[in-house]
Amino acid sequence: MSTKASRSAARLMLAPAVILLLGWMLVPLTLTLIFSFQRYLPLRGGFQGWVGFENYVRFVTSSAFWPSVQATVIIVGGVLLITVTLGILLAILLDQPMWGQGMVRILVIAPFFVMPTVSGLVWKNMFMDPNNGLLSHLWRSVGADPIIWLSDASMLSIILIVSWQWLPFATLILLTAIQSLDSEQLEAAEMDGAPMLSRFWHIILPHLARAITIVILIQTIFLLAIFAEIFVTTQGSFGTRTLTYLIFQRVLESQNVGLGSAGGIYAVILANIFALFLMRIVGKNLDR
Amino acid sequence: MGQIVLQQVTKSFGEVTVIPPLDLTIEDGEFTVFVGPSGCGKSTLLRLIAGLEDVSSGEIRIDGKESASIPPAKRGLAMVFQSYALYPHMSVRKNIAFPLRMAGLDRAEQDRRVEQAASVLNLTDYLDRRPGQLSGGQRQRVAIGRAIVREPAAFLFDEPLSNLDAALRVGMRLEISELHNRLKTTMIYVTHDQVEAMTMADKIVVLRAGFIEQVGSPLELYKNPRNLFVAGFIGSPKMNLIEGAEAAKHNATTIGIRPEHIHISAEGGAWSGTVGVSEHLGSDTFFHVQDTGLGDTVTVRADGEVSFRHGDRIFLTPRDEMIHRFDAQGLRIA
Repeated sequence: MSTKASRSAARLMLAPAVILLLGWMLVPLTLTLIFSFQRYLPLRGGFQGWVGFENYVRFVTSSAFWPSVQATVIIVGGVLLITVTLGILLAILLDQPMWGQGMVRILVIAPFFVMPTVSGLVWKNMFMDPNNGLLSHLWRSVGADPIIWLSDASMLSIILIVSWQWLPFATLILLTAIQSLDSEQLEAAEMDGAPMLSRFWHIILPHLARAITIVILIQTIFLLAIFAEIFVTTQGSFGTRTLTYLIFQRVLESQNVGLGSAGGIYAVILANIFALFLMRIVGKNLDR
Repeated sequence: MGQIVLQQVTKSFGEVTVIPPLDLTIEDGEFTVFVGPSGCGKSTLLRLIAGLEDVSSGEIRIDGKESASIPPAKRGLAMVFQSYALYPHMSVRKNIAFPLRMAGLDRAEQDRRVEQAASVLNLTDYLDRRPGQLSGGQRQRVAIGRAIVREPAAFLFDEPLSNLDAALRVGMRLEISELHNRLKTTMIYVTHDQVEAMTMADKIVVLRAGFIEQVGSPLELYKNPRNLFVAGFIGSPKMNLIEGAEAAKHNATTIGIRPEHIHISAEGGAWSGTVGVSEHLGSDTFFHVQDTGLGDTVTVRADGEVSFRHGDRIFLTPRDEMIHRFDAQGLRIA
């Protein structure tokens, strides 16, 4: 790949992919940008003139904006906390030699293959249904009143559903990281007088630091955009309206494309700030 | 305070017996080397002493205290691993201080001991670096430092030099020997390299398939190998082992003669042959002599000045008093 001809040939061959990807990204982004500066109401005749930054101002000053940011942060934070903590524990557990290891590992990864919509519906109808759900049976079996999950503990329910989906991802990445730990390091620590918990704290956890940052980075980007789980369960009510869901409501329920687009741009900026921030952390971690 | 006694120690993994019943006493302050070909159980034996593996049966007494059932950290031993097993996310200082921190020593005492170990090992300038920024030899020294600060009853080394290049290995060999002379602590050192064993040990334990073939000082093993295995394993280049008629002349099944105990001459001698490959080391020259009618190629050491060419006809004379005789079972005939 060093001659002039081969380099230009390479560029030529890369071009279709690059153009496709750029188009895929740039066209919707540009359209969103254009819409965000318009008053555009499809049911009332569509384009009704340019309004400058009015949509942006309206979006952030609406009473629904800050609660939606808060809901997003709580869901992302809660899911990250659960998946990373349980992921580490599960990874350690799965790293132990045991009978049927391969089968167990596949089973653990299984939830990741279930589509978000399906898992949302399964949880809503099979587990969290106040009358027929498994959880309500469980509660009744010990004589307690069943929790009406999706309205009384709506936030927790969403966090649980999403965590269930993302736990396999975290476990998988952390498991591979644990497997790369040199066993002599653990033995050395054992000889040095470190009990089990100290070995975890001083050897295993620092070894996992990089993998944990990667899990957090990737999950955050995807979790900022969760939609299906909310759509099929609470429909954004009971305080579960995230930023993504708010944008959806503005565009499709209020039929205000301009306002929704402005929200979309905010979301893009927010996600990018976050990604940049995390990239730097990962970069720093990878340097070592 | 570092006597280690093994009594009827065995180890098996499932069906496979790695260490058949074995007795061994390592005296306080002794530098003992376990040597043997790979897979002979020498590392397993070390790990049994360390407590990283459980014995299947038998007793290990460290300092007179039955230790087979107490956890590794409580045995008062420190181990240096083949891969050094440094903690990559900690600075050199923290690595060395780790066992002290785990023991709950106060900061001032930790610092004092780390500084002391660092000055002994010439690591003072590197205390704030991470292991990843050090060379192989320096990492090795950090690993030793981490062992020293605990002031253990004995040091265990598991092939510590096998990841170093040849020049560094010679240097570290000297440093470890020097360290032993200074600390006078019991050290157990595992290696497959008989040169390391010969140069460093007070006592060599030759192992094969879990059995102890011979225990003794380097010169004892060199002069009086108990059997054919030890005879072939100790010494470099290897002892020439000759069977057949020539051996029968000495009333033995096999005789052994070391390359350095054969006289080489162009005029005449007991055996004759043609020179094959010759290795010139400067100080010495090793000739591999073929067609002697003795079976294998015979290796002979000569002075660096002696020069024969490939294919030259030469004569060999073994020094009779240096011939080792072995019976049909491979055991030494006294």
